[in-house]
Amino acid sequence: MRRLLAIVGALFCLAAAADPADRLPDPAQEARARAIFREVRCLVCQNESIDDSQADLASDLRLLVRDQIRSGKSDASVRSYLVSRYGEFVLLKPSFSVGNSLLWTAPFLVLGLGGFLLARNLKARPDPEDLSPEELARLSRLSDVRDS
Amino acid sequence: MMIEFSAFALVLALCLSFAQFGLSGLGRWKRSLTLIGAGEGAALGAFVAVAVAFAGLMHAFIVSDFSVMNVAANSHTEKPLLYKIAGTWGSHEGSMLLWCLALTGFGAAIAGLGRDLPRGLKALVVMTQGILGSVFLAYTVFASNPFLRLTEIPVEGRSLNPLLQDPALAIHPPFLYAGYVGLSVVFSFAVAALIEGRVDAAWARWVRPWTLAAWSLLTIGIMLGAFWAYYELGWGGWWFWDPVENASFMPWLVASALLHSAIVTEKRAALPGWTVFLALAAFTFSMLGAFLVRSGVLTSVHAFAVDPKRGVLLLAILGLTAGSGFALFAWRAPRLAPGGLFAPISRESALVLNNILLAAATVTVLLGTLYPLIREAMTGDAISVGPPYFNLTFLPLMGALLILLPAGPLLAWKRGDAIGVGQRLMLAAGISMACGVLALILISPRKGIASAGLAVAAWLITGTLSELVTRVRLFRGSVAESWRRILAAPMGSWGMTLAHLGLGIFVLGACFETGWKVEAAETLALGQQLRVGAYELTLNKVETVEGANFDADRASLTAVRSGRVVCTPQPERRFYPAGRQTTSEVAICTIGLSHLYVVMGERRGTADAGVWLVRAYWNPLALLIFIGPLIMALGGLVSLSDRRLRLAAGRRAGAAK
Repeated sequence: MRRLLAIVGALFCLAAAADPADRLPDPAQEARARAIFREVRCLVCQNESIDDSQADLASDLRLLVRDQIRSGKSDASVRSYLVSRYGEFVLLKPSFSVGNSLLWTAPFLVLGLGGFLLARNLKARPDPEDLSPEELARLSRLSDVRDS
Repeated sequence: MMIEFSAFALVLALCLSFAQFGLSGLGRWKRSLTLIGAGEGAALGAFVAVAVAFAGLMHAFIVSDFSVMNVAANSHTEKPLLYKIAGTWGSHEGSMLLWCLALTGFGAAIAGLGRDLPRGLKALVVMTQGILGSVFLAYTVFASNPFLRLTEIPVEGRSLNPLLQDPALAIHPPFLYAGYVGLSVVFSFAVAALIEGRVDAAWARWVRPWTLAAWSLLTIGIMLGAFWAYYELGWGGWWFWDPVENASFMPWLVASALLHSAIVTEKRAALPGWTVFLALAAFTFSMLGAFLVRSGVLTSVHAFAVDPKRGVLLLAILGLTAGSGFALFAWRAPRLAPGGLFAPISRESALVLNNILLAAATVTVLLGTLYPLIREAMTGDAISVGPPYFNLTFLPLMGALLILLPAGPLLAWKRGDAIGVGQRLMLAAGISMACGVLALILISPRKGIASAGLAVAAWLITGTLSELVTRVRLFRGSVAESWRRILAAPMGSWGMTLAHLGLGIFVLGACFETGWKVEAAETLALGQQLRVGAYELTLNKVETVEGANFDADRASLTAVRSGRVVCTPQPERRFYPAGRQTTSEVAICTIGLSHLYVVMGERRGTADAGVWLVRAYWNPLALLIFIGPLIMALGGLVSLSDRRLRLAAGRRAGAAK
């Protein structure tokens, strides 16, 4: 069975971030915090953001993010703070770095390669409906013969 | 005794699969109809033997025979009957047995149903299916045997994870596995065609029904899994870009590409090599999925209790079968005759573009799934690839595909008329842009991307309907003529219309749900209220109820909209003593096509003045997310009923030889 849930953590994953007790008073700040939650991995969980997880660590991380936002830090500096503390693993959105260049470009490389092969295929072969110059010449000869 | 008999049947199935491989191969080589027939007989026998073994395991689950290790680890006497039965495929061992059942079942189906196939090709297909059967049965018998006995028989079993005790999940694996393994037939056809050195229109027509069947089953299987995640995990999500979800999605993407490229090969004899490549790739991705889920190389919320040794074995199987398939391809494909010619603006080009985009999307999902592994192996850095990556890469590719989609069916083969198609789609384009703009203006909060998605959904639906209108000449000819055209239209074209409409409906639901979902959470005492969207929820009562194998706190709420009671959700928080686990049973009120989704959280406050955490979501048009794929699968099945797929091709090709 594919979707065997192995972990206990998932049992408690009830959009934990929405817990009214922890919410920031300013709705704009809270919205920013929620947006960051969705991009931060709960490190001890299997594969969840801290927005979804109810593990203790996720709740600590949420507290941390909310504190940072309350103290006026920008989204980028909150993220870099998390990375400096927990490594790049903590970000669900991999950075645009050299090490990740293949990851970010491959989809579009495949697209380009496919487009190139298609274009070559179309170009290499003459348009099926078009007549070659020799055929055209023959055709005009034939029609000349008939006209005369 | 029954268990020993089942174990014997499983070993017998292995022997028969091996015989199926040997007899069919030898029969094809010696051109002996007797041996070929014997190979087919072995294929039927292998299926019957696996079915007997499977029934034996199911029986052990139903009667709770805890002397069987697998039953003791995954069942419990108090479990409802449905989940005892579902326990048969609830574990690693049982699910491998289900895999083998499907594999031999498809082998037997070819042997029994493929009467129109040329004998030589059919023998090679049955042979390849026999090889696959032998490999997977050998794995099941020697490395993952579900019939091991315990010397000390426990009084009670350890039960199935309560999250899995759910009707959608009970039937999810059979659909998914039938889909995965259905692609093995396509793989076998590809191998057979490469050995024969012939990939032509007739071959493509034989492959299509099997691809359609596998694709439809896979669509339903994935949809059921998403539906289960939606209402069982309790936070309203239905797709997480989790490695295990990706593992099931990749074969689906490849099978979708194959469905389209096989049409080109069938109608125009073009792209033979690419179609064969996709046919090999589809089952390779199925096997990759089986490996990823069982090996423990990836962390996932859905992972099996894993054993690295089995992972290595599965990787070896994957490398061996897929490797030989692709090696055969590299050797034989250059000899395949190049196909028909086509102009840049033509249906062939549109279908090739569809394939390029689907291939790029598959690579994206594959890379997103495996990249953390690759990066860690190469540099030692641990990174995560989560939903934001897929949103930035997969969604634009799909967006491009969906925007191009309505034009494809309107283009003529060989050389299409871009201006004519543009004119036919004018109305559809106008309507969908209007939908997008209206959504942007009218729906609050204002969401740009969701509105754009809405326009794409409208484009898919209206564009598909435009094609239908053009095809039956509605409003152009007389009503009688349109009616005649409706009746005369082949089922294949109805299937296409349904599948494309289903896709549009899915996109509509997905955009609405993700874009305009409303969420609210409060701690409520009895009598207190929570507002979500246009609805006011009141917590009336919390009582303790006793279920078959759990105890639950059940909340009763009323949802009121403009003074009228709309529904009375009763979410539960369940405790399963057998596994010492707590789960939450979501209450979903379906209002039109939308869902009011209520979750009961933990109890807070003091012993006598209890308050409960209640979460509620308004998920607009959420139902469409699940109806869309069902319509797509229905389209696949309608297409499958096209008599052209069953009758003509084989006869005509047979006569031509």
